[in-house]
Amino acid sequence: MSPSRKRRKAAGLLFLLPGFFGIAVFYLIPFGDVVRRSFVQAAGGRFCGVSNYRTVFGNTAFLLAAKNTVRFVLVCLPLLLLLSLLLALLVNGLGNKLKTVCKSAFLLPMAIPAASVVLLWQLMFDLHGFVNGLLGLVEIAPVDWMNTKAAFAVLVFSYIWKNLGYSIVLWLAGLASVPESVYEAAQIDGAGRVACFFKITLPLMKPMIFTIVVLSLLNSFKVFREAYLVSGNYPQEDIYLLQHLFNNWFLDLSVDKMAAGSVLLALVIGGFVWILQRSWEEEG
Amino acid sequence: MRSINMAKRFGKLLTVFVLAVFAALTVAPLFFLACGSLMGNGELNEYLGPFLIRTDGFAGWRLFPLYPTLRNAVRLFFDSPEFFHMFWNTMAITGGILGGQFLFGLPAAWGLARYPVPGRKVFYMLCILLMMLPFQVTMLSEYLVLDHLGLLDSLWSIILPGAFSTFSVFVMYRFFCGIPEELLESARIDGAGELKIFFLIGLRLGASGILSALVLQFLECFSMIEQPLVFLQTKSRMPLSLYLPEVKADRMGFALCCSFVALLPPVLVFGMGQQYLEQGIMAGAVKE
Repeated sequence: MSPSRKRRKAAGLLFLLPGFFGIAVFYLIPFGDVVRRSFVQAAGGRFCGVSNYRTVFGNTAFLLAAKNTVRFVLVCLPLLLLLSLLLALLVNGLGNKLKTVCKSAFLLPMAIPAASVVLLWQLMFDLHGFVNGLLGLVEIAPVDWMNTKAAFAVLVFSYIWKNLGYSIVLWLAGLASVPESVYEAAQIDGAGRVACFFKITLPLMKPMIFTIVVLSLLNSFKVFREAYLVSGNYPQEDIYLLQHLFNNWFLDLSVDKMAAGSVLLALVIGGFVWILQRSWEEEG
Repeated sequence: MRSINMAKRFGKLLTVFVLAVFAALTVAPLFFLACGSLMGNGELNEYLGPFLIRTDGFAGWRLFPLYPTLRNAVRLFFDSPEFFHMFWNTMAITGGILGGQFLFGLPAAWGLARYPVPGRKVFYMLCILLMMLPFQVTMLSEYLVLDHLGLLDSLWSIILPGAFSTFSVFVMYRFFCGIPEELLESARIDGAGELKIFFLIGLRLGASGILSALVLQFLECFSMIEQPLVFLQTKSRMPLSLYLPEVKADRMGFALCCSFVALLPPVLVFGMGQQYLEQGIMAGAVKE
């Protein structure tokens, strides 16, 4: 190895070290401890194999929360992706000025803190709230949104409102990555706009689509904020998510269940990250 | 020919209409809070009566306040020390986290992007994994270390883990990778040291990446709920995001005003840094 390369290696390490030290102290080392704790009894600290994991899988609250979280993701993701793709296609056809205005409008919810809209959400979805008032205009009976199965719809709405702009920006980047010349060639061959979209745009954006799915999935965990602020630790049963469960385990100091649950969730998320990384490598 | 033109024009109108409807829906909450904070209590009681005192019928609204008043705003600004106390807590948390990321995350991103560091790929994967993990997964481990260091129930319990969050490292890394290697090479040939290269080339050409990371992080800090909820106990150390839900609906005008003022800093940052926000979002998806 040449001396200059050696020197650069050392310089790089020096840049990296302070940050890495903090990450190790606050994340890596304690997470290692959590992995250890997931295999020992909370009281006494004796090794107990996978019994904590067994407890978690036998816990009805965990099963309910896991089911709700999966259901939430399965409903939200397709809805968000389709809606944002549709809007991105419309925005993409606009002139530059209108495009910027649209993007600003759709991105704005990202800047609005969850705590600031809670009051409005309550006003909207109360039994005597705005939404029921509007439904009354078309003769639909009022719904008690937060205390019935409709709470799920409120959560979905909240997630889509917040994340629409994020996905639109990603789709727009994907659309811009398809070179204009491909479309021109197709048009000369007589392809219509619909054919262009399905035969050119979608296939060329395939790696991108993947990224958008994974990023939106990971963002979906943050919907807990609105859910918690609107209805606290124990919301309507259908919107009791894994995030609520972890919070309640924390309040009960159920360290053994939390440790096993954290490891399980980390493995699932790690799987998604691995898939994402693979798709990035294919892309590049 | 004429009918094709008509169809085109109609399509364009439809596009603008659909987009306008959705854009109005996304912007409506901001507008609502702005109006609400200018309404007097009498006016609010009239519109929101069914919600507030549970009478029959439904809450209603007016597009603009009929009798705009600054009474609630005045009360907020001159007679609510607790609001400002929590506001400064939020600012301290935000400042601490952004400062920490500037001091530690920024050099780390530079080292990772530009130097042949051993284990580089592993570290990069680790950054991505950590940034993707929801807070609930790392909650217990963060709690354990904060408890060990005796930092629980202080602002540091929010600041320190936040300062080392790898999300901004990742965003800055993506931007630093885009700087051409020849530039660094020629600077080295001219005899510049690595530190000088970092300050003169990295900071300057990576500026938009650094700003992207900071804007995204700023917005995140103002929304933070999960961490203060479990790591803070003392009321006077709570950030604004936990104070707002406590302002009860029986003081509706004041509550609306608080909600509106609380969203001003992030919306302002959004207004000034929207292009960086977009670049930051795209950094996660587009290979440069």
